Amino acid sequence: MNVVTYLKNMPAWARWALYAFVGVVVLNIVQGFDDTSLLTAEGSSRAMLRWGIPILLAGLGGLFAERAGVVNIGLEGMMVLGTWFGAWGALQFGAWWGLFFGALGGAMGGLLHAVATVQFGVDHVISGVAINILGPGIARFLSSEIFNVKFKDQGGSITQSPRVPTVGRFTFPFLAGGDLFGWKTPDLLGWFDKKDWFFVSDITGIARGLTSNMSWVTVFTLALLPFTAWLLWRTKFGLRLRISGERPEAGEAQGVNIYFYKYVGVVVSGALAGLAGAFIASQELSGIYKEGQTTGRGFIGLAALIFGNWRPMGIFGGAMLFGYPFALKLQDLEGKASHSLLLVTAIAMFAVMVWAILRKNRGDSLLAAVFGGLALLWYLTAETPPDWWAAILPYVIVLVVLIFFTKRLRPPAADGQIYRKGEA
Amino acid sequence: MALVFAIAASSIVLLIAGSNPLRAYGDMINHASKLETMVDILNRATPLFISGIAAAIGFRMNLFNIGVEGQYLLAALVAAHVGGLIDLPAPLHVAVILLVGMTVGATYSGVAGVLKVSRGISEVISTIMLNAVATSGLIVAGLKLWQAGGAVGGNVTRVGTEEIPKSGRIPSLNSIVEIFTRDIGRDRKLTGVLIVAIAVGIGYHVLLNRSRFGYDLRASGANPFAAQAGGVSPKRMVVLAMVLSGAVAGLVGMTEIMQGGLFPANPIQGLGFAGIAVALLGRNSAFGAAVAALIFAFLDISSGILQNTGSASREIVQIMQGLIILAAVVAYQVTQRVRDREEAKAASAALIGAPA
Repeated sequence: MNVVTYLKNMPAWARWALYAFVGVVVLNIVQGFDDTSLLTAEGSSRAMLRWGIPILLAGLGGLFAERAGVVNIGLEGMMVLGTWFGAWGALQFGAWWGLFFGALGGAMGGLLHAVATVQFGVDHVISGVAINILGPGIARFLSSEIFNVKFKDQGGSITQSPRVPTVGRFTFPFLAGGDLFGWKTPDLLGWFDKKDWFFVSDITGIARGLTSNMSWVTVFTLALLPFTAWLLWRTKFGLRLRISGERPEAGEAQGVNIYFYKYVGVVVSGALAGLAGAFIASQELSGIYKEGQTTGRGFIGLAALIFGNWRPMGIFGGAMLFGYPFALKLQDLEGKASHSLLLVTAIAMFAVMVWAILRKNRGDSLLAAVFGGLALLWYLTAETPPDWWAAILPYVIVLVVLIFFTKRLRPPAADGQIYRKGEA
Repeated sequence: MALVFAIAASSIVLLIAGSNPLRAYGDMINHASKLETMVDILNRATPLFISGIAAAIGFRMNLFNIGVEGQYLLAALVAAHVGGLIDLPAPLHVAVILLVGMTVGATYSGVAGVLKVSRGISEVISTIMLNAVATSGLIVAGLKLWQAGGAVGGNVTRVGTEEIPKSGRIPSLNSIVEIFTRDIGRDRKLTGVLIVAIAVGIGYHVLLNRSRFGYDLRASGANPFAAQAGGVSPKRMVVLAMVLSGAVAGLVGMTEIMQGGLFPANPIQGLGFAGIAVALLGRNSAFGAAVAALIFAFLDISSGILQNTGSASREIVQIMQGLIILAAVVAYQVTQRVRDREEAKAASAALIGAPA
């Protein structure tokens, strides 16, 4: 039990770094069985970051809304708005404006959600569902009016836009050999990676993937992470926003304008989801606006939010975890790495089982053993897992996490509740 | 009132898009008054109505079954597959298919119900996750596994599960309708699932308003603590409501598989979410849901004609649907507030002025 209390007292970044470290060790061992090095290759970690960024942005968006007490099922719809406005802004005014308009489009969706839920006290889930219907509708309508007319000769149509320009990339100086004011710095991690030392080179390979050749959006998003943590937990603004989601009546008694903070939370939430959409439409992931291209990533962001227990570092962990199978799938043409992932799943389930036994929870340990056994059986019997496995893995992980850890998760106390001024 | 607001909002959108709203509405209504279009509308309204009832069962108990989407697709896939495998006399064959669909839907939604009562997981989250698991996992897998080889029904483009024999399909209602009207042209067939939908609607109404179970369900939704004090187990009600909702959801896809005789590779999606809209607009009553389903079907079907006559772009319809949901809930909320306020005013007036 000492280990548990020790873990609990660690700061979030150190705890998650430790989890990641353990994860890499497991991946490193497992990939030996399947004779693949993709699980820890530099390309995989870079792709993971690229795929994880929209999920992270959506998750942080969910964080702002739900910390202010408004459940945001509409993230998906806002993200769709972001893809359209992102592509349009980039085509019309240039890449940076694309990001701006993407965020703006998402923020408009957020504003609508805020008006419905905060002003009119509509149920948050219902309003979210409506926005998820409205978002794609608006995007399609605007496409038919604009992409299909003005950009028709460049390949625009009702369902897609022409190619979208994108913002530049960034490589960390010193660590990964990026430029610093025109001077080419040494590539430290790359040097390690080339040495091919056991384990050390795996770590540096991953690190290099995470530090080199990334979009400015990625840099911005990663910077947003500590900023969000600081803003929500270390400032007066953050305290007031969070009290709107915990005990709005108490905040009201202190003279906090709860409506204002809920509005801010939900609009920021929409803007971040929109930015995620703009990122998806940019060169980084697809390079065009295309109907249906978000493929439920707003929902995965929501999943990351829950997985991360409504905290920034946890959301980051969830986003990377959920981005990983998607990234792997693209790199992994033979299906070997995905196969190894089944073994990782089994190991994780057995770890949960041990954890449950330690806590003397017989039901949970049995359940985990069954899940782990099934994953192991699948690993042993199947050559490669089917291609849909990667697509549903995030959702399965969330369901499993919820099954075992729901009682330990702590959402904001007044999350999803309808608050009306002056009723306390 | 909600409809008025939705029409006003849509008109503004139409105006911004540079079309004449009056002309667009005129075209839509003109088009809808044709017999063939009416058949289209009824065919479209049938699954929407069933989906709306599925959502409404949950809503009555304050449960959000967002998972109708995944439940109906999965149920239709399995039902079509089973229907294609067996060969039975007509009424029995149909019954088996319907029953399989209901069982699959009920099982899948039951998972969410059990997770809620045993683990305390919000059904909103679990059904969203289960939706994704169904649509991008189980259905992809099932289609791959049960894919009928080559061309199906002489039509290469409609590939899906094995074709259901004639005995397993509910016949179209054309012959009945044609007693009263002229012949239905253009190969339109009024779906026989309409009868199932009507049965579901009546069953829902009777069960909820005339049975003890329905009373318990409504009581648990309105005040779970009072219901529990009255001897209703809330956990049991949650699971039952979810299972029932899923069973009805399992019938949503029947219109499509009865019409085409198979579960296609690209099934109609989004009926589950549309059902939520239908339930909201219809205020969870069977009659209301029927009207709402007809309105949505009307919008869907007439979207095509807008494009043809050039009076507006058809994409406007999806926007209208989203706006109608928002308008409906906001309108209900506002009227509720006004009513509350007036009730309070009347009560205080009665208290103060009563003795005089």
